[in-house]
Amino acid sequence: MAAPVLRWGCPGTCRAIAWVYGVPRRRRGAWTGSTSSWIRGQSSLAQEPLHTSRKPRKGEHKWAAVVGLEIHAQISSNSKLFSGSQVCFAAPPNSLVSFFDASLPGTLPVLNRRCVEAAVMTGLALNCHINKKSLFDRKHYFYADLPAGYQITQQRLPIAVNGSLTYGICVGKRRSQVTTRTVRVKQIQLEQDSGKSLHDDLRSQTLVDLNRAEGQLRVDANVSVHHPGEPLGVRTEVKNLNSIRFLAKAIDYEIQRQIKELENGGEILNETRSFDYKLGCTVPMRDKEGKQDYRFMPEPNLPPLLLYDTTSLPAGADSQQVINVDQIRERLPELPSVTRERLIQQYGMLPEHSFTLLNEVGLLEFFQNVIKETRAEPKKVTSWVLNTFLGYLKLQNLAVRESPVTASALAELLDLLDSKAISSSAAKQVFEELWKNEGKTPAQIVSEKKLELMQDQEALEQLCRSVMQGHPEVVMDVKKGNPRAINRLIGLVRKATLGRADPAVIKAILEKQLSCH
Amino acid sequence: LLGQCLELSVSAALKQGQITPIELCQKCLSLIKKTKFLNAYITVTEEVALKQAEESEKRYKNGQSLGDLDGIPVAVKDNFSTSGIETTCASNMLKGYVPPYNATVVQKLLDQGALLMGKTNLDEFAMGSGSTDGVFGPVKNPWSYSKQFREKRKQKPRGEKEDSNWLITGGSSGGSAAAVSAFTCFAALGSDTGGSTRNPAAHCGLVGVKPSYGLVSRHGLIPLVNSMDVPGILTRYVDDAAIVLGILAGHDPKDSTTVQDPVKPFVLPNLTDVSKLCIGIPKEYLVPELSSEVRSLWSKAADLFESEGAKVIDVSLPHTSYSIVCYHVLCTSEVASNMARFDGLEYGHRCDIDVSTEAMYAATRREGFNDVVRGRILSGNFFLLKENYENYFIKAQKVRRLIANDFVNVFNSGVDVLLTPTTLSEAVPYLEFIKEDNRTRSAQDDIFTQAVNMAGLPAVSIPVALSKHGLPIGLQFIGRAFCDQQLLTIAKWFEKQVQFPVIQLQELLNDCSSILENEKLASVSLKQ
Repeated sequence: MAAPVLRWGCPGTCRAIAWVYGVPRRRRGAWTGSTSSWIRGQSSLAQEPLHTSRKPRKGEHKWAAVVGLEIHAQISSNSKLFSGSQVCFAAPPNSLVSFFDASLPGTLPVLNRRCVEAAVMTGLALNCHINKKSLFDRKHYFYADLPAGYQITQQRLPIAVNGSLTYGICVGKRRSQVTTRTVRVKQIQLEQDSGKSLHDDLRSQTLVDLNRAEGQLRVDANVSVHHPGEPLGVRTEVKNLNSIRFLAKAIDYEIQRQIKELENGGEILNETRSFDYKLGCTVPMRDKEGKQDYRFMPEPNLPPLLLYDTTSLPAGADSQQVINVDQIRERLPELPSVTRERLIQQYGMLPEHSFTLLNEVGLLEFFQNVIKETRAEPKKVTSWVLNTFLGYLKLQNLAVRESPVTASALAELLDLLDSKAISSSAAKQVFEELWKNEGKTPAQIVSEKKLELMQDQEALEQLCRSVMQGHPEVVMDVKKGNPRAINRLIGLVRKATLGRADPAVIKAILEKQLSCH
Repeated sequence: LLGQCLELSVSAALKQGQITPIELCQKCLSLIKKTKFLNAYITVTEEVALKQAEESEKRYKNGQSLGDLDGIPVAVKDNFSTSGIETTCASNMLKGYVPPYNATVVQKLLDQGALLMGKTNLDEFAMGSGSTDGVFGPVKNPWSYSKQFREKRKQKPRGEKEDSNWLITGGSSGGSAAAVSAFTCFAALGSDTGGSTRNPAAHCGLVGVKPSYGLVSRHGLIPLVNSMDVPGILTRYVDDAAIVLGILAGHDPKDSTTVQDPVKPFVLPNLTDVSKLCIGIPKEYLVPELSSEVRSLWSKAADLFESEGAKVIDVSLPHTSYSIVCYHVLCTSEVASNMARFDGLEYGHRCDIDVSTEAMYAATRREGFNDVVRGRILSGNFFLLKENYENYFIKAQKVRRLIANDFVNVFNSGVDVLLTPTTLSEAVPYLEFIKEDNRTRSAQDDIFTQAVNMAGLPAVSIPVALSKHGLPIGLQFIGRAFCDQQLLTIAKWFEKQVQFPVIQLQELLNDCSSILENEKLASVSLKQ
């Protein structure tokens, strides 16, 4: 028996599947999208890049690609879909396995309410029709990490169907414009996760971990190519893609491979392939899993899953026993597209900036906290958060929550900048100091490093005079009418002030002094 | 209230201190040893039972009895999970498998202070109707050794070997039936998927209850067909079965198919007037294969109700003839699915072959399952294939609905219970039984019982009389869904009218000095 001891309780892991069907497109899009929840996977994957490696010659047919995605996203719940055992990332192998998870004879699945709510919420977020009655099925195949010999899923009547997701992609030469696309969602289904097999080829052993809470996201991509106006091509399925980057690469590769194969007179087999991330190519899978007859059958141990809305709720129903879709709808957080629109309207933000703010976990919240605490213009804040702050994070590969600079500190810094207490370049220096996380406030750093803007007019005039005296050749240049020469003088004065003077003020003084000469 | 109904019972005897739980336990253990040749038990849990008896005795001494079942010996079919006790399903596949948890029904019995005497024999994974196809060998019907049967046989020509003509118990809960019939326990759990509790009850002269689907938790019952399985109860008297059912019934959070509504304890009233009852006699159950003796008893029973003022009417269940085929398709399909977990990896038998995982699966399953199980798995997988699913599984489901609707229609027309035979005939000798294969036998023997499982209804087999060979014959009552109490109330009235004789096993147990005492105890059973 694989499982050591286990919680006496009820039921398995869960995950929702969304089938995302793309429509053929002509242009290649960037991978954008993403929200802070796990729905993220679906929006970002809704792509059907079509691109041939070379431009079609005259008279040659163009190719169109069709891509459908099967997205397995793990529901963030405390316990598994059909058992009371916990879900916990990186727990020791087989430490979170109930009797049901180990498929001990006589154990029965019990549906986890939290997972159903998560599925309904996902369905609502993706504009799906929520089925008030859905069913569970058994999908059979033999595999070492599938202890029951079948997986409980929702094949025939899933919890949500017919959804859509509108997402933006960056287009244009500099990818600076955002255009929207819509992808259709065929269905969302609750499905029990299988276990994890670890193959030890050296000892020819396979170790099985039935904890099941590993990858948060897994995608199978179905890809085919055809000539526009002609029937769809034969599809292949690239399985087990576990990152968005690999998903994009695998699809790109598969489209190219199919086009090449067809143009060379070959044919595409309806087969299951895997993506070799080292070689960057797809290869046929050795086992014939994709061709199996899964012998679907209704799961007799789970009654139909019934959902209610406020009008259909049975009188006197125990709120713990029934799930009210309307209540879940009320609890739905602001959806990413709405947030982005709000940012654009409220702060005059560029659409692409709104995407970036939402793509990074915690960045939007950080941004909003800075805005709350600073007098600086929203555009200034956007620029600092997206360029400086995000730049530093990326450089060190840190998440927002790991940042050494707090939103308050950045707000204070931006206030100093806004009140012209420091210059932009001084502000950059302060930020760099803040990043070192030595517990100093921006004001302390400014004061210690003497980064305040020089406000003393007389001192500045004195400095300008001595710079002009020290560089008569530049002064001559100015007088000869070289318009750029004055900038050299400004630069020299700023250098002399250690960057603490406002260039506009210096320019005014210099111009005044030059005219007096 | 219960106390007022009690005349003399083991339960009362325990309460009054006429016998102690340890004494009772020891008597049953000694009977188990004497009747070992019946092969009723796969595992005898002597130590567990004695320990439980000690605890029970303490409770009685302190006046803290847990109820009617405290100190009462019970047996459990070996397809219910028992924590720390081997659970085999009479299969090589699960030899040596010790579950880490108790089935809900087992736990409920133990929580009431019942003594677990052991795990009883069955057909492998409950697939059969004779209790002849388990890896531990066939179960012998105690009636083969009864005075009633022996006396009739004396008139037969001699020459045959004395023991070669022993009778089957019926199945698949034959071990549980034999265990109760031979006085080794007072109640036993069986399971009933197509008649597996009612069939052996009929052949062993016992009451066999198949509760409504959803009334009793299946958690821990190793499944045959999830959508039809129910834990069954075997006792000598209806009242005893009602006590046990009252304890087992109710919602179980571990079984999502159990009823949510709270279930009240079962107390069966003594029915005195049946004139308001309507008894339905389904005409389709009058089949040519039905033995004339069963047919005549069935008819007498109907007359009895009529003579007591009940309305007895012929009714029709028009889809009955499709039932057994439909049952076969649905049963094998679920079997194919449910047996998939036995792959040799996590628990149970594993072969020595380690060339590849697939080879290991194949050899493990070939070695672990008998022909009957393998045959059903193959058929079931065939029916579930994508190309066959519509034509077999879906069609069978539709027919199942029609069969269930047949019952609904009859009950809606005012019928309270249906009265039918339980089996075609009395128990047959083993040598006779094995002339036909398991599939043929199951199809014949489940004929009156499996439709009830497809409709999820409650049913009970009641022993009625002895055949001319001195063997028990049972009749079946079928009730409305979740009207188990009404069903048992009618069955109790009927039981009282027919006065079925107690099995006489003196000859078999003649070296047992305390036989009379035992006999006296057993004859009153739990409560009478």
